[in-house]
Amino acid sequence: MRAVIRRAIGASLLTACLLALTASLGIGVAAAQTTLRMTWYSDGNEGEVMADLLRRFEDKHPDIHVVLDQVPFKAINENLPVQLASGQGPDIARVADMGGLARYMLDLRPYLKDAAYWEANYGPFLQWMRVPGDTSSIPGFMTQLTVTGPFVNKTLFEQAGVAMPGPKATWENWAKATKEVAAKVQAPFPIAFDRSGHRFFGMAISEGAAVFDDKGNPAVIDDGFKRAAKLIFDWHNSGVMSKELWGSVAGATYRGANEEFKNAQVVMYESGSWQISQFDKTIGAAFDWVAVPTPCGPANCSGMPGGAALVGIKSTKHPEEVARVLDYLASEDVVAEFYARSLFVPGHLGLARKGLDYKDASPVANAALKVFSDGVNQLAPAANQLQGYPASRVILNAVISRLGQAVSGEITLDDSYKRIAGDIEQQLAERNKK
Amino acid sequence: MKPIQLLRARRRNGHWHWTDIAAYAYLGLGVVLMFGPVMWLVLSSFKTQASLLEFPPSLLPLSQQEVRVEGFPQPLPLFAATLDNGERRELAQIRRIGLIAQMVDPADPKRQYRVPTARLAPVRHLSFVTSNYTEPLQKFAFTRYLWNSVFVTTIATLITLLINSMAAYALSIYEFRGKTIAMLMVIGTLMIPITIILVPVYLVITKLGLVNSLWAVILPGAATPTGVFLLRQYMLTLPRDLIEAARMDKASEWQIYWRIVMPLAAPALAVLAIFSIMWRWNEFLWPLAVLTRSESFTLQIGLNAFQGELQTQWNYLLAMTVVSLVPVALVFVFLQRFIATGIANTGMK
Amino acid sequence: MIDLPDGIGLQAVPTASRLARLRRSGATILGAVLRLIDRPMGLLQRLIGERRMVYVFLLPNLAFFSLFVFVPLAIDLAYSLTGGESLFPSQRPYVGTEQYAYLFDCGSFFDPASCRVDHFWRGVANTMRFTVFQLVSMVTFSLVTALVLNMRIRGRGFFRAVYFFPVLLSPVVVALVWKWILQRDGLLNAGLTMIGGQKILFFVDPGWAMFWSVFVSVWAHMGFYTLILLAGLQAIPADLYEAAQMDATPRWRVLVRITLPLLWPNLIVVIVLAMIRGVQTFDEVFVLTGGGPGTATLMIVQYIYETAFASQVQNFGLAAAASIVLGVVLFLLTLAQLSRTRSAS
Repeated sequence: MRAVIRRAIGASLLTACLLALTASLGIGVAAAQTTLRMTWYSDGNEGEVMADLLRRFEDKHPDIHVVLDQVPFKAINENLPVQLASGQGPDIARVADMGGLARYMLDLRPYLKDAAYWEANYGPFLQWMRVPGDTSSIPGFMTQLTVTGPFVNKTLFEQAGVAMPGPKATWENWAKATKEVAAKVQAPFPIAFDRSGHRFFGMAISEGAAVFDDKGNPAVIDDGFKRAAKLIFDWHNSGVMSKELWGSVAGATYRGANEEFKNAQVVMYESGSWQISQFDKTIGAAFDWVAVPTPCGPANCSGMPGGAALVGIKSTKHPEEVARVLDYLASEDVVAEFYARSLFVPGHLGLARKGLDYKDASPVANAALKVFSDGVNQLAPAANQLQGYPASRVILNAVISRLGQAVSGEITLDDSYKRIAGDIEQQLAERNKK
Repeated sequence: MKPIQLLRARRRNGHWHWTDIAAYAYLGLGVVLMFGPVMWLVLSSFKTQASLLEFPPSLLPLSQQEVRVEGFPQPLPLFAATLDNGERRELAQIRRIGLIAQMVDPADPKRQYRVPTARLAPVRHLSFVTSNYTEPLQKFAFTRYLWNSVFVTTIATLITLLINSMAAYALSIYEFRGKTIAMLMVIGTLMIPITIILVPVYLVITKLGLVNSLWAVILPGAATPTGVFLLRQYMLTLPRDLIEAARMDKASEWQIYWRIVMPLAAPALAVLAIFSIMWRWNEFLWPLAVLTRSESFTLQIGLNAFQGELQTQWNYLLAMTVVSLVPVALVFVFLQRFIATGIANTGMK
Repeated sequence: MIDLPDGIGLQAVPTASRLARLRRSGATILGAVLRLIDRPMGLLQRLIGERRMVYVFLLPNLAFFSLFVFVPLAIDLAYSLTGGESLFPSQRPYVGTEQYAYLFDCGSFFDPASCRVDHFWRGVANTMRFTVFQLVSMVTFSLVTALVLNMRIRGRGFFRAVYFFPVLLSPVVVALVWKWILQRDGLLNAGLTMIGGQKILFFVDPGWAMFWSVFVSVWAHMGFYTLILLAGLQAIPADLYEAAQMDATPRWRVLVRITLPLLWPNLIVVIVLAMIRGVQTFDEVFVLTGGGPGTATLMIVQYIYETAFASQVQNFGLAAAASIVLGVVLFLLTLAQLSRTRSAS
């Protein structure tokens, strides 16, 4: 027995030594190569596409090795800020909260081959990634531009024999029409909104919400805002919207109705461009669906922009290599392939002007992508200002959290206005304690 | 096994007491309620993304049958159609325009029909979508994640068992100065969830330079107050004379702990082992905070990477969840004996 | 001195043969490695004396506790007295008890809506409600299950496994499975419509949401508590039952007079642990209900987590203040609980 054990220990010690040896050798080999870490999250297939593109990059640039760390979105949203604050971040990351993380981003400008190309094509979005006061840095590029907007189940309209409202129809027109359709075809959701601040503001801005005062400070509760909030609130009580999305969870938790839409239970679904690839795959020929332009309010017909950016991180030890990777990925051909294969609306002005050819998508999906790409031109200044505001999530989260409480009947609509204003004020005050 | 006395009453009287019937009814319900959801999870992991989201949900993984029809390059979906004359026929759908579908008879491709979609029902058959498993397994450094999870779980459990039992031994066998304070420390931390000290612990780990090391996951949870509490309660019941006798025999304190107390505490250690394994294997929030590099990811992080901001790839997530259940299920089957007999029978003569 | 009632939970009665068997099975690789420690430990004992060996046993566990619990708690305290967004306490401005004052700024403590930080107080109220419901149902169902499993039943091992199996699942999986069953188009509503009923939107109704949160929590963890109670039941000496049978005592009386009193120590463990679980509940309920509808199932730990992580301005100060308040209350609760059980025994 003892002998056996002694031998076992001896063997394990030996393997440990061997492992250590190979490890040190491995490091020796890798010294010629720079390894970069890219933290990435995926909604659909974009992770695979990125892995493909990186492989191609490495073939051309054998001195740089990029490791793609694919994490749940939760890690990007909740843990990455802490990691960045403690100086433990990756070299490159895909982030959605661009304004919030702007202070950790690397300015690529000094390392880029052609900064003018970046400015010409990513110009308006770069402002979203900059800290207030900064007008020149180039932290990264948009992996995806999202625009909010509605999808409509056309087949349900046909079955009900109701005419679909036209392109300049108002929200009220749509509410009336969808209610009628839903009643006739027994669909439980005439209109569904994702439980998200972006979706709400997509409507509120068209109702006239200005969000900011003249000095650029948040002044969220105004008449336009109240008009939109009242509409949402009333729709929940009159059955145009179901409480399952807005009323069923607390805080800023996201809830979507994509599954319900896919099951033909939703007549009109206010969501956004990122749904297209999934709908194309899962709905198939079950029914006809279309994207329609965002309905109008008294002020305009704007949706809300959003998206995710791939940015360099300031704490990297290899800024030059980071810039080379991003320069490659942001170049027109490569980024065009990325958008086309993942069915994203391009966040690249040149490509947006030319129009992208989504080879893998069906005609239905191509048509929907076109509607959303056109929607980019309809965006109101307030929508872009809100998206570019560094503390935009403070506003969006407070709104969704408190309106949710009002919808569920926990507090009154008037109380929710007070709470929204109070929440925003408190959080901004906390941020300013220095 | 000890004969259960209550039961003998029934056997002797020869008739069933109502409590026996109630007991079997309760157990039957238990099987459905406790096992049903898990079985459903396993079956669902073989469904396509589309059929996962379907209403009414099907129990078994069904998918629509497709047929190849002469003259059409793509396989066409098969429907059971009711024709205008009331006849029922299995037809393949060529295309659908609005509410009318253009159908073809697979047996006789020349005959085409126009059928309202309301009179179509998809023909479905049982099919297990194994690509839910194979695709992510290929894409993913799955073996790497598995190894990391196994490493974390095993090492953490061993450390937990060792240091918790040492502390429990000290707190149950000895009288010493500071015992009150030591007990207070254990009890006071019994109720503190790691969630509320996540940020400070992260700072400590950063200072120790352990970020992205598996030790960052292993170490913070190793000294569980629950473990010390359970083991101490158990060790209090051990006979003192055994320990005294060993001291007479000049056994060192370490030998008493290691040679006498530990073997006697085996059942309680088994319980703690099972729980430590469960905790570690399923841990998610903490590893997510300290591990950012894929080579150090555990299974839970890996499989949750299918959760995006706005979409979740349910088919992959479910399949990988089932895969992650397999090892714990195996451990359970193996340790089941300890749970059932080791612990439950400790009081038996 | 705080003393716990002896013999809570699992009792051991060693026998010579069992001892030998266990010792033999202890001859694992680990055992061998640790046997190498025998010699140095003996030396150490000679050096510092037998009396001080106790600290050697305590040291590793306390070292871990200090590093990963006490130091973090101290940092939490530092956070709670400072403000701003910085991660490192040294870079945060001192604000005194501002965070606490803000947390306790209430019109009336019985009405969360009157508080400035209403979500925290709603969390407190919900957690209390949840803990009580969960405690009562957990104890009831695990007791019934243990009693049933203790009867001579065919396939006892199988049934035991069935009730224990959910304990193995991760909280996230548990909640996901049940969410799928309970949602509008889930399995349960499909069943309801099949038997001619109406669909129920469980997650829109505060009562149902709380009910299912408790139900799922009991479902997932009952196996563990059943196990502890089963151990206690089997430790009750058989002759007591035999005597009762001689006197033809009815079953319910046997239960009340013999079984329950002798099971009391185990029940205490179950109650303490179930209470701790209730207060700490977070991920299960969060994945299941998201804390809704409204904030009807928002738990206090969820509030703390979201304040620190999910909001854009990561408010470590306020979250830490809430943690400290929670920690102090929990500490006092545990002490009260244990001193009660001590005086009861």
